[in-house]
Order: sequence, then structure tokens, then C-alpha cells
Amino acid sequence: MTLEILGITVLGMFLFGYIIVASIDFGAGFFNAFSTVTGKQHILTKVIQRYLSPVWEVTNVFLVFFFVGIVGFFPKTAFYYGSTLLVPASIAIVLLAIRGSYYAFSTYGGLKHKRYTILYGLTGLFIPASLSIVLTISEGGFVRMEEARPVLDYWSLFTSPLSWSIVVLSLTAVLYISAVFLTWYAHKAKDGEATNLLRKYALIWAGPAIITAAGIIVEMRTHNPEHYKGLISLWWLFALSVIFFAGSVYFIWKRQAYGLAFWLMVGQFTSAFLAYGMSHYPYLMYPYLTIYDSFTNESMAIALVIAFVAGLGLLLPSLYLLLKLFLFNKEYVQGKRDDHA
Amino acid sequence: MGNEDSVLLSRILTELTLSFHIIYATIGVGIPLMIMIAQWVGIKKQDEHYILLARRWTRGFVISVAVGVVTGTAIGLQLSLLWPHFMELAGNVIALPLFMETFAFFFEAIFLGIYIYTWDRFENQKKHLLLLIPVAIGASFSAVFITIVNAFMNAPQGFDIVGGQLVNVSPIVAMFNPAMPTKVAHVLVTAYMTSAFVLASIGASRLLKGSDHLYHKKALFLTLKLGFVFSVASALIGDFSGKYLAEYQPEKLAAAEWHFETEEGAPLILFGVLDNGKVKYAIKVPYALSILARDLPKAEVIGLDQFPKDEVPPLYIHYLFDAMVTIGMVLTGLSLIYLLGTWLRWQFIFSKWFRWLLILGGPLSVLAIETGWWLDEVGRQPWILRGIMRTKEAATSSGQVDLMLLLFAGLYLILGIGSVVVLLRMFRKNTVEQELADRASLKAGEQV
Repeated sequence: MTLEILGITVLGMFLFGYIIVASIDFGAGFFNAFSTVTGKQHILTKVIQRYLSPVWEVTNVFLVFFFVGIVGFFPKTAFYYGSTLLVPASIAIVLLAIRGSYYAFSTYGGLKHKRYTILYGLTGLFIPASLSIVLTISEGGFVRMEEARPVLDYWSLFTSPLSWSIVVLSLTAVLYISAVFLTWYAHKAKDGEATNLLRKYALIWAGPAIITAAGIIVEMRTHNPEHYKGLISLWWLFALSVIFFAGSVYFIWKRQAYGLAFWLMVGQFTSAFLAYGMSHYPYLMYPYLTIYDSFTNESMAIALVIAFVAGLGLLLPSLYLLLKLFLFNKEYVQGKRDDHA
Repeated sequence: MGNEDSVLLSRILTELTLSFHIIYATIGVGIPLMIMIAQWVGIKKQDEHYILLARRWTRGFVISVAVGVVTGTAIGLQLSLLWPHFMELAGNVIALPLFMETFAFFFEAIFLGIYIYTWDRFENQKKHLLLLIPVAIGASFSAVFITIVNAFMNAPQGFDIVGGQLVNVSPIVAMFNPAMPTKVAHVLVTAYMTSAFVLASIGASRLLKGSDHLYHKKALFLTLKLGFVFSVASALIGDFSGKYLAEYQPEKLAAAEWHFETEEGAPLILFGVLDNGKVKYAIKVPYALSILARDLPKAEVIGLDQFPKDEVPPLYIHYLFDAMVTIGMVLTGLSLIYLLGTWLRWQFIFSKWFRWLLILGGPLSVLAIETGWWLDEVGRQPWILRGIMRTKEAATSSGQVDLMLLLFAGLYLILGIGSVVVLLRMFRKNTVEQELADRASLKAGEQV
């Protein structure tokens, strides 16, 4: 394995980690807001708050880790993506900032109002949409070079069916991932009512999530034939993904093994993510930037890998402690403990 | 919009983001240490007041962390969005400390979550103290790593440039650059100092508002004691920083001191205004600049005459320097008087006007942080990487920076107002008296 592949694997892991934890977070905010509008808040709010409170900060770190890491391993991405993404990334930052601080203000500072809850839920949908633009741009066709500087073509971006398909995919995936996780979590909390409601949401969003994902592959055929060819050659990974998906939906439908259903869902997205990433190889931004011409010097790469391993040595036990104390602590999950003042 | 505009607007937006971020970030670095100390004192003295102090500070701290995290994310991304050429170049050399900073931040985030949500889970208070140690370490280390990045921008090293390409990169040499020791030390102790004075202002304002509770007196005494220690340390390290500048970045020192001509036995200029190149109304302390720079009254100090005109930083940084140093001196004196007054039972330290001075200490120390950073950053102009890359070569070519500036200005306004409103509400609704009574009744309930 070359250092380039190692670097992109490390970053891919963090990006995937962010996609899963952020989806749970964004979806939870949306379902919470939706339940407020439909008068079902009493069912969901407690379960959602109990999950979100101890981990809200950690979610953000995954994102920071990814964008710091990518500039570290692939400094040229700062030039290509930094120059083109000013507007979409700034909008995402502002939404993330409002969302993160509102969460703290309301949870710890008692700033509670229905209006804010709804706004909070909506930002959870706009952020994935604005972040997914990065994926669209990486496919090529939206950036042109002017005087050796990359410029984003907003018109073709906004009129492209591909970019809208990716936005829709990000939304359905967020809602599906979140609903599956929260069903499991509510079940663990022995909250039958919340489990039923979230199970319903999971089943509702399962269809759209898989259909939009398949739609992207079709879009790719005309937009980026080279990438399409790569995707098709990895058909077995997609087949695996569909099998995981079917298994996950089956267990949710049968109201059993919600934990297994969640992990199957993670497997579904892992294999699809892997297939997408591997077929995109070696491009970071098609056709200008590959992982080879943008890679940092060898000594920095080695230093980063060492720092990464040492950091994981510190992080994994801490994350384990966090999970053990909250997510996997029966009394906490069931709301029998309320240790905070 | 031409590139000139983009450069200026990018500078303004970066300055705005950083100036807003460092208010919350500085407090975020210092307060965990104060919380840890309060918890420790509480355990040692078996005094419930200090434990409660730790918890109440934590509650306010969470709000400042939230704003610090989201604005930190903003500046992290803005580095690449507004300065793509800089990150492309510097990423090759300085990615390591940036990367390590996120680890420190991750570490802090995990343990802060655990600490807050396990407040009454363990019987033994020492376990809660153990949870606070990684929070304080994580907070301080993220400051260390990010300051290393900034130090590198002032004193880049650890690579060679051959034909416009960076070669022979050594990440460790880049991290341990000459600016790093003084800079990291000064940032850390001034963060602790600022946090101590900010917390002291809260205690003083409760006492002024009529609460005569022992809790506030203990809080005020503890924070001012810490404030005094850290302000003395800040002054000492500030002096080392001056010596560093004289040696490695003489143009910054010369601009900050309005030291135009290279000379031996240079005087220090305090205050004053610059009028058509002439210094007016200033206090001149003979030989003081030579002593500051080189420890010898007769030593030679390099002046601005040694630098080409387009490499001289703006001269207004002198005012920033004066403001920072003056505030530091005033706060050292104020905390010393309070401590002496408490031991020697001087009555005036209990008076209203003295408490007002203590309340002012918090905002003043924050102002000193701001002016210090402006001095440091503007003093590096026209370079973004001193001696290697000029600021104007680093900026984005995007024409939309003006809109983004408005967008972010709106965001910071909302966050600023929001955080102040929430903090005030939090502590007005739940006074110490109330909380102590609640805890007492809870305990009594458990024993029945």
C-alpha cells in the first residue's frame, strides 16, 4: 500500500464516520422538529435529547478532522477546492454554526421555542445539501480553469440533474440512517411508542434512499462515462450493499434485531461508499487533480501517519468510555439516571 | 471585483472571524484549568462551595465552548477558502500541528461531554477531578498546536526552496521554530490570566449587586490569586517575546516601538501620537528599549531604516502594543492590591468603586488579548509567511468575498448576542443561594 492510498483511506474513514454520525444528528433534529409540528413531540423529544446531549460536540470534530486531514495529506486540494467552494462552504459553515450554538443555547441555557426547534430541524437538511456539492464538483464538468485558477460554474451546477440527484440522495440518506439508528436506540430505551414511530419513518425513507442511490449511477453514465465504467466494474460491491439493505429492512419490518438492522445499514453504506470511492480513484477533482499529483512530501506523510496512529491510541479508548457511559449504559438510555444538574 | 479587493476583503473577513473566535477560544483554553483547580481545592478543603464553583463555571463554559467550536470550524475552513495559495504551500510543511490540534480538540470534547453528564454519578469527587484533567489538557494543547502554526508563519523554517518548490521538508523542525517557545508560552499564560480576570469580574459583580454570600468571596479571592500569578508570568514571557523579536523579527519590534533609526542605547517610547513622521506627546524612557531587546543599556537595536519600505509593517501597531502592555500592568497591580488588602484588612477593597475596577478587569483583559493578537498579526504584514509569501499572493481570486463578509458579520452578531443573553439568563435564573438550597434539600431527601 502506498502512502497516497493510506492517506486517502484514513480520510475516507473519517469522512464516512462523519456521514454516519452527522446523519444521525441531522435526522434527529429533523424528526424532532417534525414531531413538534405534528404534535407528537412528547413521544420523541426525550429519546432524541438523551442521545444527542453527550455527543453533540464529537460529531463536529469528525468534520474538522476530515478537512484538516485532506489539506495535510493533499495540500493542492486547498487550492482547487478552496478557490471554488468559497460560497457553498461558507453557507454550510454558517448553518453549522447556528445549529451547533443553538443546540448548546437551548440545552444548557434554556432558550426554548417551537420556532427555533423547527429552524434547527431545517438546518439539518440544508447542511447535507450544501456539503454534498463537494461530491458533485469532484465529478468534473463544473469547474473551468481561468488564468490557471479554478472557477466554479454556478449556472451549470444549478441546472445539472446530477447535482440535484446528489442533493436528494444526501437528504434521503440522512433521514434513513437517522431513523434506523433511532429506532434501535428507542427500543433500547424500552420506549415502545417512540420505537414504533421511528420504525415507521425508517420504512418510509428506505425506498427513496435506495432509489436515489441507484439514480446516481444512471446519471453518471452520461455525466462522467469513465467514472460510470468504474462503478459498473464494481457491481459486486453494490450487490452486497443491496443485500445488506434488504436484510436491514427485513428486520425492521419484522420488529426484531434492531441492533443487527442498524449494523446491516452501516454495512450497506460502507460497501456503497467503498465502491463509489474506489471507482473515483485516482481523482480528487476530475480531471484536474489526482491523489498522486496533489500528495504531500514523504516526510510529512509519515509524520501525519504517526500522529494519526498515536492519536487513535488516545481517541479509541476515550470514545469507548463515552459509549460505555452513555449509549451502552442501560440505566442512562432508559432515562433512569439523570446525573447532570 | 479585482484581486486587490479580494485581498483586502479576505483580510478583513479573517480578522473579523479571528477577533470573534479568540474571545471564546481564550476563555475556552483558560477556564478548564480554573474549573480543575476549583474542583481540586474543593476536594482538599472538603468545601462544597468550590465544587459548586467548578460546576457553575462549567455550565457557562459549555456556552463559550459551543461558540468557540463553531467559529473555530469557520476559521479552519476559511484558511483554505480565503487563502488557498497559502494553504497549498504551507500545508506541505505545517500540516502536522494542525492535525494534532484536532486530536487535542477531540480529546477535550469527549471528556467534557462525560464530565457534564456524570455530575452526580460518582460518590467520589476525585473521579470527577480525573475527568477534568483531560479536558484541561486537551484545551491547552489545542492552543499549543495552533499557536505553533502561527509561530511558523512568523518564523518559517524546516524546508528548502529550490526553483519555487519546497524540498527537504522536516515537519518537526518546522514546529520547533524560533518563534514557538515564547509565543506558545505567552498565549497559554495570557489565556489563563484572562480567564481568571473574567471569572473574577463575575464574582465582583455578584458582590456589588448585593449578594454577600461567602461563595462569591471565595470565588473572587481564588480567581484574583490565580490572576495575579498568571499576569506576572505573562509580563515575564512578554519580555522574552520582545527579546525574540529583536533577534528574529526586528521590523515588528521597531514598528511597534516607533524605533526608526538603528542605534545603541535606544530609548523606549511609551504612548504618544505619530504626526507626519514625528512622534509627539510620548514618554521616552532612556535605554529601556535596549534593555528590553538585549538586556544591556548600550546594546544596538535595529531600526526601520534597515528595511525596504514595502517590508515595513503599519506603524499604528504601536498603539496596540501600548494598550496591551498597559492593561497587563494595570491588572497585575489591581490583583496585587486586592490580595494585599485582603491579608492586611484594608477596608477600601470592599468598597463599591474598587469592585467596579475588578469588574472592569475581565473586559480589559479580553481587550488586551485582542490588541495583542492584532499587534502580532498586523506586525507581520506585508508577509503571510514572513520572508517567503506576501499576503497578496496568497488570497483567493473569488469575487464573492464581499458577500461572505456580510454573511459572517451577521452570524457573529447573532452568536455574540445569543451567547450573552443565554449566559445572563442562566445565572440570573439559578442563583448560588438557590442552587445550594436545592442541593441541601436533595441530600436531606436521600438520607430520609
